[in-house]
Amino acid sequence: MALVTIDSLRGPYDAIVIGSGAGGGQAAYTLTMDGARVLLLEAGRNYDPRTETPMFNTAEQAPLRGSATPDKNFGFYDATVDGGWSVPGEPYTNAEGAEERQFKWWRARMLGGRTNHWGRISLRNGPYDFRPRGRDGLGFDWPISYEDVAPYYDKVEMLIGVHGTHEGMENTPDSPEGILLPPPKARIGELLARQRGRGIGVPVIPVHRAVLTRPLDWVSLPARLHPGNPKAQRILAEDMQNRAACFWATDCGRGCAIRANYQSTTVHLPPAMATGNLDILAHAMAREITVDPLSGKATGVAFIDKVSGMEHRVGARVVILAASAAETARILLNSKSRLFPSGLGNSSGLVGKYIMDTVGADVGGQIPLLENQPPHNEDGAGGLHVYTPWWLYKEQAAGKLGFPRGYHVEFGGGRSMPVGFMRDFVEPEGRVGYGARLKEDARRYYGSFFGFTGRGEMIPNEDCYCELDPKVVDTWGIPVLRFHWKWSEHELRQVAHMQRTFSDWISAMGGTCEPLEKEPLRAIRQGGSIIHEVGGALMGDKPSQSVTNCWSQTWDSKNVFIADGAVFPSNADKNPTLTIMALAWRTADRILDQMRKGNL
Amino acid sequence: MSTPVPARIDRRVAIKWMLSAGAGALVVGLPRLGAGAAPAQGPAPAGYGVDPQLLAPHQAGDYWPLTFTDALRRQAAALCDIILPADEHSPSASAVGVVDFIDEWVSAPYPACAADAKVVLAGFIWLDAESVKRFGAPFADASAAQKLALCEVMAPEAPAGSPLGEASAFFRRFRNLTATGFYTTPVGMKDLGYVGNVPLARFDGPPADLVEKLGLTGEVAW
Repeated sequence: MALVTIDSLRGPYDAIVIGSGAGGGQAAYTLTMDGARVLLLEAGRNYDPRTETPMFNTAEQAPLRGSATPDKNFGFYDATVDGGWSVPGEPYTNAEGAEERQFKWWRARMLGGRTNHWGRISLRNGPYDFRPRGRDGLGFDWPISYEDVAPYYDKVEMLIGVHGTHEGMENTPDSPEGILLPPPKARIGELLARQRGRGIGVPVIPVHRAVLTRPLDWVSLPARLHPGNPKAQRILAEDMQNRAACFWATDCGRGCAIRANYQSTTVHLPPAMATGNLDILAHAMAREITVDPLSGKATGVAFIDKVSGMEHRVGARVVILAASAAETARILLNSKSRLFPSGLGNSSGLVGKYIMDTVGADVGGQIPLLENQPPHNEDGAGGLHVYTPWWLYKEQAAGKLGFPRGYHVEFGGGRSMPVGFMRDFVEPEGRVGYGARLKEDARRYYGSFFGFTGRGEMIPNEDCYCELDPKVVDTWGIPVLRFHWKWSEHELRQVAHMQRTFSDWISAMGGTCEPLEKEPLRAIRQGGSIIHEVGGALMGDKPSQSVTNCWSQTWDSKNVFIADGAVFPSNADKNPTLTIMALAWRTADRILDQMRKGNL
Repeated sequence: MSTPVPARIDRRVAIKWMLSAGAGALVVGLPRLGAGAAPAQGPAPAGYGVDPQLLAPHQAGDYWPLTFTDALRRQAAALCDIILPADEHSPSASAVGVVDFIDEWVSAPYPACAADAKVVLAGFIWLDAESVKRFGAPFADASAAQKLALCEVMAPEAPAGSPLGEASAFFRRFRNLTATGFYTTPVGMKDLGYVGNVPLARFDGPPADLVEKLGLTGEVAW
């Protein structure tokens, strides 16, 4: 995509969007398709998945067979460039030294942000997920309900393309008819897990993922998404025709050159650019939102041009933060002014508070029934095809589980392409296998490993927050975040339940489970490592108890909005990306409405 | 829990490789990084960097110099080919570039590779010394039976700190590197029965006879 430069900025803009991932991409899309002029600031470089994705490259063609390294944390071919658990020149700190008290912060510095490598799992929050406190007295309720967000889930699913089915399961919403794309067929291990899961009372259904299992319906969807807007319809119809259906090869984490899966760079930004209303500026590191000292309204954004190191300012009627939950909190905390001495949006003192990740734990095993399969292609849609939504609502309500909130289960394993370091061996007892026998064993056991991954709801707590580090600054002198983290008993008990369930499940499949980690603080994945970072600027009903209102509009400054996961008052087990997009669309619609009414 | 076959699966062992195609499960395979330490503040020096060229096929030695001497290459090739010898399905490990890969690995500037390099290089020294002591020739020049005898010394698991602890750890690590190098090549993938990485018009799921054999026909619901 052709981007603008500092010299070709056309400010002031109707809106500046900070961050180009799921939330920023969606906000920019919605605003520009409806005629608003938008500047999108991206802290990383331009990135074009059509020309940069290593679609069919094999491990042999990569350094170290594609293994994860400190440079490429998810392996050489992962789509993420210039990002990861550490970003050069952009440190962050943790207040505590112990691993279980630290937050790991994954950041992308590239156009499209983290959407270029995400898992594409696209689950709706259910009705319960918007009022968790009302159900069990813990955490916070949302100021909005499922019914408020449902129309936007519909829109996002139509736009990005999501496959799945309607199963009618509790708190696992179906989509209206005619929106979801057909599910891919289950793989052999997934079928076995489904059959044997039934015996231990665990259901398995098709997952919802943002992958085109057939071309999008470019004839009817544009009119449903943009009624009364022929220009938007024409642009979207043309763009949808340029997205190919999945050809059932290559891992989605590499990105997708044929645009068969959702990335901000494959779905949101191309049509937004085609409107002529979107300017994208790369290498632009937002430092603070500038504020009018009398009205308290935002005037624009001060940012660093990373290429020159110079600071620039650009003006807009509205500023939308979508920098990722923690980075959004950082920008707000760094936006200090006479009116807002502790940071913009922080009159409640709540910016940075209640950050959340997803509870994660994994258990794998080896399944003799899956040995010696005839060679067949299991690449599929580049990710899992089935999953288990949380299924124990009644047992939980009856007080039988000993922990609140649920988890869903993702599956992995099978005959995937060997990439990275290979450690899958079933050893002869007490020996390191080698020789002709090792080759025979490799053929026998390939495809017989299967793993369960729990993804559960964490309850926000007082010990998980970020603040500005009093001493450390980044390369450009901007104060960095210091994290605080502590799991509560709720999460640790949930992880123990995951382990028991997965161990039982592997046994039910006739398999041998890996030894279980007995210490829950070791079994739970480190805070932040699931990369479902949300919270830090929660939405709510009252200015004293939240950072934004139900429109993700800051209480402090009415023309500052948040379009990423920072506003989530809770973090349901459902992966947050779809909800981020739905809320971003809803917020952008609100901004358009308020602009038309002259309120912004 | 029943254990139908003698099996030993290390914690994390079973997870790493098998989930590499599951984008939804991408995070599953990650090693725990930086345990107890402050977050790393930048990439390791002299690696391929955080924005490498992803598309062009890469050759060992492109990013950092290789370090094996000719003698080490011979020794590595000899050991590789005992670990994965040629059979009727596929050639031996050294025939498909595995020595280059191991050289690249132990020469890499990343901490995990540097740790492996210590194990591997110490193991090479031990192996040659043991070979000379027992058979009067370095490992690469020993007879096939002598090489096998030395591998039989290293193959039994030996706890760290025991007399053969380091030799056993070396053998395990070198075996894993050999298998990684081999099964990621086209011939290695073919030997395993991996037949993907090709565009398809349809995804048909598993073969019907396999589904039937496992009694899963009733599970095919969509």
